Amino acid sequence: MRDTLILGQAFRGGGAVDPLGAVVALTDDAEICGCNGVCKGKITGAIAAKGLTSLDDVRAHTKASNSCGTCTGLVEKLIMATIGDSYNPAALQPMCKCTDLGHDEIRRLIVAKGLKSIPAVMQELEWTTSCGCAKCRPALNYYLIADWPGEYEDDAQSRFINERVHANIQKDGTFSVVPRMWGGITSPRQLRAIADVADKFAIPTVKVTGGQRIDLLGVRKEDLPAVWADLNAAGMVSGAAYAKGLGTVKTCVGSDWCRFGTQDSTGLGVRLEKFLWGSWTPAKVKLAVSGCPRNCAEATCKDIGIICVDSGFDVVFAGAAGIEIKGTEPLCHANSEDETVEIIAALIELYREQGRYLERIYKWAARVGIASIKAHVVEDLSKRRLLYERFVFSQGFAQVDPWQERVNGKHAHEFAAMAEFGLPQAAE
Amino acid sequence: MTEEWTEIGRLSDIPRRGARCLGTPFGRIAVFRTVDDAVFALEDRCPHKGGPLSDGIVHGTSVTCPLHNWVFSLETGQVQGPDKGQVQTFAIRRDQDRLFITASIIPAIAAE
Ligand code: SF4
Ligand code: FES
Ligand code: FES
Repeated sequence: MRDTLILGQAFRGGGAVDPLGAVVALTDDAEICGCNGVCKGKITGAIAAKGLTSLDDVRAHTKASNSCGTCTGLVEKLIMATIGDSYNPAALQPMCKCTDLGHDEIRRLIVAKGLKSIPAVMQELEWTTSCGCAKCRPALNYYLIADWPGEYEDDAQSRFINERVHANIQKDGTFSVVPRMWGGITSPRQLRAIADVADKFAIPTVKVTGGQRIDLLGVRKEDLPAVWADLNAAGMVSGAAYAKGLGTVKTCVGSDWCRFGTQDSTGLGVRLEKFLWGSWTPAKVKLAVSGCPRNCAEATCKDIGIICVDSGFDVVFAGAAGIEIKGTEPLCHANSEDETVEIIAALIELYREQGRYLERIYKWAARVGIASIKAHVVEDLSKRRLLYERFVFSQGFAQVDPWQERVNGKHAHEFAAMAEFGLPQAAE
Repeated sequence: MTEEWTEIGRLSDIPRRGARCLGTPFGRIAVFRTVDDAVFALEDRCPHKGGPLSDGIVHGTSVTCPLHNWVFSLETGQVQGPDKGQVQTFAIRRDQDRLFITASIIPAIAAE
């Protein structure tokens, strides 16, 4: 199974003479979608039997390409091989079934027409449903919050559960809680508070994450506010591990401890995280800062990375180490920490303004082109400054700890049952 | 047979396009409120892998399961689209702001 999957992925990289030859040659039992265990025969069979003509149809009927999306290229080739040229994957993809418009067009119209609420967008752009669907509502909520900072009122009901209750839902309906550890630095006090919380709430799993912090898994929804209260009391805030927003800033120990360190990579990481936290972005954003080119913080596969060198800071971006693995692209060299911070904020702001909802930085960069991004955030200093200022302005509304708000009673309805019924007397 | 009703709370306890839960000894019931204030009560357990439907996004008279995005009709409890499955629905009644659910909820779930 694994062999065919790998063969398939290798093929997707291109280079074959007949682009469909390799998928045609696969046997019917070759696994195409590793997430959902869907083989070739099931996909081609469903296309033929049910007359499927689009990727969405195939997703709905077979589940192939319906989870992580890695196999999407293969599935599209199978559609092409099965129904021929009538399948056109390059056609404009509508945001969802509620509209014919694509993401870019909708966003352009939100700004051009001054649309400032989800109902206004849906009415003005003639949505075909009464209040959208689970695809368009989170996307619109993001575009509105990014385009109208301070004016648009966040619509909690249009957010996925994780961003609504500020924790990550798990397979059994419990949640995981990840406090921020700025730049991956913690302290005995924080660690004691985390240990106490785990004991007090009988939290079954405590795990170190890949982003240099600690994950408490298996917290009951009704316990979340009390867990946060204890973490807040020890000075910790939400790590936003659930958010399409700033996630982690990994660091190495840099010139503080390492004999090779050229700059204070830890300090810069902490500074960046304290400046950037709370921002909403099209998809999650992860950073890393390494103190020298040995790159112990693995900055060259992050959305944004910094490699400290003797003369300053090499800023890189558009890496990926998930569904795809991709090294970063060089962005520029900065001479000071201040310049580095300004460039990174400008880059994130440009991404906030241009990225399509759920599009990671490396995909956005591939779509708009590295040169155009450099022109905005490196070469044109006045554009960079304006982007930076817009980012700073929106941070003024974004940097509120959502855990503390909920400890203080916000959205209490999320965390308590409406009513509890015990066993009827007769049953006792 | 006349239906017996149990009061469960107020319409205003539930956000529009949202849900709240009722705890029962036999499992949770999700009470949904749509954009135009219709209310529905469904078993809070997705037939796919047990996801809590009360945590899903509510749109029109549907809810999308938060775990793998199956979509359910709030009216019938049926899965929409090509997926197969159904959740139990319960009679619910609104009198102005007051909400009542069929008093049969506990035996109904226990009988499963
Ligand atoms: S990246 Fe360089 S400075 Fe940082 S820990 Fe590794 S060797 Fe030391
Ligand atoms: S491999 Fe098909 S969706 Fe992940
Ligand atoms: S548990 Fe509901 S869709 Fe999987």
